[in-house]
Parts: sequence; structure tokens; C-alpha cells
Amino acid sequence: MRRNTFVQTLAATALLSGLTGFAQAQAPVDLQFYYPVAVGGPIAKTIDGFAEGFMKENPGIKVTPIYAGTYQETIVKALTAHKSGTPPVTSVLLSTDMFTLIDEDAIVPFDNFAKTPEDKAWMASFYKAFMANSQTGGKTWGIPFQRSTVVMYWNKELFKEAGLDPNKAPTTWAELKDAATKLTKKDASGKTTQFGVQIPSSGFPYWLFQTLTTPNDAILANDAGTQVKFDDPKVIEALQFWVDLGKAGIHPPGVVEWGTTPKDFFEKKSAIIYTTTGNLTNIKANAKFDFGVGMIPGNKRKGSPTGGGNFYIFKKSTPAQQEAAFKFAKWVTQPERAAQWSMETGYVAVSQAAYDTPTLKKYGQDFPAALVARDQLPVSVAEFSTHENQRVTKALNDGLQAALTGTKTPTQAMQDAQKEADRILRSYK
Amino acid sequence: MPAMLVLLAFTHWPVIGTLWHSFQSTPKGGRPAVWVGMENYQVMLDDPVFWKALTNNLWFAGATIPLSIGLALTMALWVNERIAGRTFLRMAYFTPTVLPMIAVANIWLFFYTPQYGLLEQVGSALGFGSHNWLGSPSTALGAVTLVAVWKEAGFFMIFYLAALQSLNPSLREAAAIEGASRWYFFRRVQWPLLMPTTLFVLINCVINAFRMVDHLFVLTRGGPDNASTLLLYHLYEVGFSFWDTGYASALTMVIIVVLVGATLLQFFVLDRRVHYR
Repeated sequence: MRRNTFVQTLAATALLSGLTGFAQAQAPVDLQFYYPVAVGGPIAKTIDGFAEGFMKENPGIKVTPIYAGTYQETIVKALTAHKSGTPPVTSVLLSTDMFTLIDEDAIVPFDNFAKTPEDKAWMASFYKAFMANSQTGGKTWGIPFQRSTVVMYWNKELFKEAGLDPNKAPTTWAELKDAATKLTKKDASGKTTQFGVQIPSSGFPYWLFQTLTTPNDAILANDAGTQVKFDDPKVIEALQFWVDLGKAGIHPPGVVEWGTTPKDFFEKKSAIIYTTTGNLTNIKANAKFDFGVGMIPGNKRKGSPTGGGNFYIFKKSTPAQQEAAFKFAKWVTQPERAAQWSMETGYVAVSQAAYDTPTLKKYGQDFPAALVARDQLPVSVAEFSTHENQRVTKALNDGLQAALTGTKTPTQAMQDAQKEADRILRSYK
Repeated sequence: MPAMLVLLAFTHWPVIGTLWHSFQSTPKGGRPAVWVGMENYQVMLDDPVFWKALTNNLWFAGATIPLSIGLALTMALWVNERIAGRTFLRMAYFTPTVLPMIAVANIWLFFYTPQYGLLEQVGSALGFGSHNWLGSPSTALGAVTLVAVWKEAGFFMIFYLAALQSLNPSLREAAAIEGASRWYFFRRVQWPLLMPTTLFVLINCVINAFRMVDHLFVLTRGGPDNASTLLLYHLYEVGFSFWDTGYASALTMVIIVVLVGATLLQFFVLDRRVHYR
């Protein structure tokens, strides 16, 4: 008896879902869209506003934005859904996830959908630095959306106290070391109460490490994502510089927590910090002193890595849905909306056209710090990314942390990381 | 019968499925999974991070189990007495259990922060030097262990407290008449009568030692250089960061074997030595 009821319920459910499927075929195109939230600010509200605005202009498409957690949680959800056959149509995921998504055969390139000259012009409108992480093998797999880069923040008050020009930030490694030495303070017992410079190294030290390797004119991975160069002398030299800052006592010892770095800055425990442009709004709101935002100091050249998220289109959705996703990505990244997005979140606007809009121009005049990231873009490089990305990244992270905590020498740490990365990437040669 | 069905669907079947996957390669894009036999287990033997996670986990278990049980028992005996502010104390001890682990970890992150964290402020007031608790390999594991003990002890205290209150008060009166000391009364009367509770707490504690990794995501992410990584955290990384499902299945089997082994040992060996009334 009970079993009968069970079977009947099953049959009824199947019938019902069949009917809904049929009904959906005639309804507007359903566009499921996963997005992560990685910085402060009213992200969800802005996204919902975008979705509504888009639907008003495109009545045939129904956008459903779904907040999916952090970047890591979002890719876990999206890839799990892909493996079970029902991925979202589009999702914002880290630009560095590109190779992983290609390896999983989860996404399709945007080039297929760009049919008109206008579409092609749109795809060419983004900053080159952002496209470096979005293209491989001659195809464009991601469209830049919430992108950031690492910049330097400095405390002008502490600069004045130390007898430095508060309006002139260090621009080279030598100047940085010199300023940091002057900015370091010790109490009577010899304990450091204020560090000159702080570069966080928890969680994703490889990204911050790129603010040292790039100025030292080293690129960690090739464009195809199949080879890394951790044991390059220029890379080891960059790591040595980082380790030496700690040894000299002008940078906090050991692994420095990413999450508490802005707070260290507010508490005047560190006079100069390296962190993402995404923290700009946070620091602007919480720093009780005058601060400056500057480009990352250079050595052999200038430069910093980009970061953040791109739009991807998933393979297992219908062609109509993919078309709709393309339309949505294009709509959201139009200059006016990119400008609005940048002002509300602190992310870098993704195209020159966005910075040319009157709204963003005015914002930049009132708050010039917001333009530093843009000015740094011409010298910025792609965020480190390879095939088997998270695994190779972990090898590098472990090596960096080993060197920073003193368990390995920089040379040893980078050689070990190289060996591990070569082993992981052997099948991609 | 329905309970059995649920167990089959959500426990037994996944275990068998995992065992099956652990003998297969990870399907990638166009390449489907193929039978690779013991290769995933071979990889595990050669994986230094696995061994590091295993040793860390044994240290973690070795420290959290006695510490949280000892602390729980002490707190329970303490708040079982008639003292002023008893309810308040009980509540204070139980609070860590109620808080979500992620929130707790965020609070502790600021306790451990070098220079102005709580530990640092207390330390420098007492004249100790500065230390980066989560950022140096020698103290990171200890620091995350402490958070786990702090989180767990209050929960186990509740079980001990309930057990203590169900003890017959005439036992205490009899002991008082006999002139037994408090320590003697605890050792010969309370402790043996609490054994069933201790067994229950012990099983939970062992499971928790292999299950509690939430705080790692906030505090150290297994770092620096894997100094504080635990088995389940490593498994999460392999499964959901590296997407190596074959190897992740093999790691899961190891955790299952460890936990089933521990449970069987407790049920069949310790259980005989516990007095139930």
C-alpha cells in the first residue's frame, strides 16, 4: 500500500516536471547567473538593479542573479552543477579559473557570439592588462567585470613624523627600503611598535609576490599556462628582497595575515601596506588620518598583477541562453554601467571608455586615489594562472610561506616549488 | 525500515560509491574515468602534504581529546556546586558552543593578531615579546588546537553536568558521613558513575578531532607551509580546489577507516569496561 503511494507520487512528480519543462519552452529565455561577493559595499543591490534594468530593455530574457558566496564557493557550486549537467548559464568567477574551466570543458569562448562589428568593437574595448587573463589559444573565454589590482597605501601622518615628504611615496625598491627603515619605531625594550612596510602573505601569497616579481622583470607563467618559472634568478631575487625586509626588522616577521592588514594600517602598526584596490572604499571610510594611494614601487621596471572576476558562459546551456548571456555581459560592461559599478564597489572600471564618462571623470577629480589603479594598468600583468591552477598555486604558496617563516632559503623554496609544479604540469607539455 | 532506507541512501551507498571512485582516475573534460586500481593510494603514500596533515591531525586529536574532556569535567564539577552566579557561569561556559565556528574563528583571528591582538596586549603587559601566533610554523597548529578546545569544552560540560545532577544525592551524604575527602569521593564514586558519559563524550571528541576544520578556513588556511593543515582540510582542497575527485575519494576512505576503527575500538573494548547501572 505504502509502496503504491510512493510510486504514484513519483509518477505524478515526473509528469508535473515534464509539464513545467514544456511550459518553459515557450516562456522567456531563463538566464541563471551566479555571482560572488568578495569586497564590502552594496554588491547584491547593484547586481539586482542591473538585472532589472536589463530585463526592462530585453523583455524576452529573464535574469535570475544568484549570490553564491565567496569566489571559491562560487566555483565549487558552478562546477558541481556543471558536472551534474545543470550549470548556471553564466557566472562571475576568478579570471585565474580560466584554465580550470577549460580543462573541465565547462565553458565556451565569447568569440562565437560576436557577430556584428559592434560586438567585436566591444570585445576589443577592454584594457589589455585585463584581457591577458581572459584569452588563451587565440580565443576569449572571459569578459572582465569585477577586476582589481594591488596598490600601495601609505599613512601621510606617519610620513611627516618620520621626516619624510608625506606627498611623495617611494617609487623604487631602494626608496621603499629607505622609507620603511625610517618609519619603523621601537619601544624601550627593543620591541617594534610600528613597522615600515607590510605585504600580506596568508591565503594567496602568490598574488602579493607578483608585486615584487613584476618590478623585477620576471613573469611567473607562460601565456599557455603550461610552464612556470619559479627558479628564475630574478624570481629568487624578488623573494630574497621580501625575506630581507623581514630580516631587517622593518616588515612584520613570519606570515602576515591578509584579513587584518587594513586594520594594522588603521591602528598605525604599519605605515605602508600593499593590498587590493577593492579595499579603497573600506580604507577611505575607516582610516582616521590622511592617507595616500600609490603605484607599487618598481625596480627593473614598474608593475603589479591584476586580479578579480570575469564573466564566463557555460557550455551545457542552450544556444538561446548563451546568446542571452552574451547580451547581458555586453550590457553590464557598457561604459556608464562599468563606471557606476566602479564607484559603488571600488573595483577598477574595465575600459578606457568608462573612465571617459562624465560621472567617473568627476569622481576621479574629487577623489584622485580612485584613479591610481587605472594609471597602473598600462604596466600591469596577468594574475598568475596555469592549468591545474589551484594545485600549482599551492606549490608556490607553500614555498613562499616556507621562505618567509625561515624554514627554507628563498633559493631552496623556489627550486622545490618549481620541481613540484613541473611534476603537476608534466602532462601539458 | 524507513530509517534504514535513509541510512542506506545517505550513508552506506555514498561510502560504497566513494570506495569505487577511489579506484578510478579523475574524469576531466573529454577524458572519462578509467580503472586505475591502487594508483590513488600510491599517490597518497608519496604525497608529503598528506603525511603532514595526518601527523598534524594526530597531534590535534591527541591534544583536543584529553584537554577538552578534562576541561569539560572540571567546569561541570565547578558549576555543579552551590556557588554565587552559578547560572551565569554555566551560560558563560556554554556560549562558545552556541556561536558558529566561522564567527568564533574571526574573533580568535583578532585575539592572535600580532602587535595589538588580545594575546599580544596581555603578553606585553606581562613583559613578554611579540609573537606572530598564526604566522609561524611552530605555533600555528597549537593556536588552532586551542580554539577547538575552547569551542568544544562547553558542549561536553553540559553532558557531564546533566550526568552529575542525575547522581543520587544520598551517595554524597553517605560519603560525608564516612568522612571521605572530596578527591576520594570524586575518584571512587563520581568518576566511575560518569563513565558512560565519558564514553559518549570520548566518541564525540574523536569524531570532532577529524571533523572540525571550519576554523582553518578563517585562521590559517592550513598554512604557513602546511604547518596547520588537517586531513579533512587537505581533502577539501584536493576535492574542491584541485578537482581531483579520484584522489579525494581515496583520502575520504582513509578518514572513514580511521573513524570506523576508532568507533569499533570504543564500542568493543572500552564499552566492556564501563559500568552501566
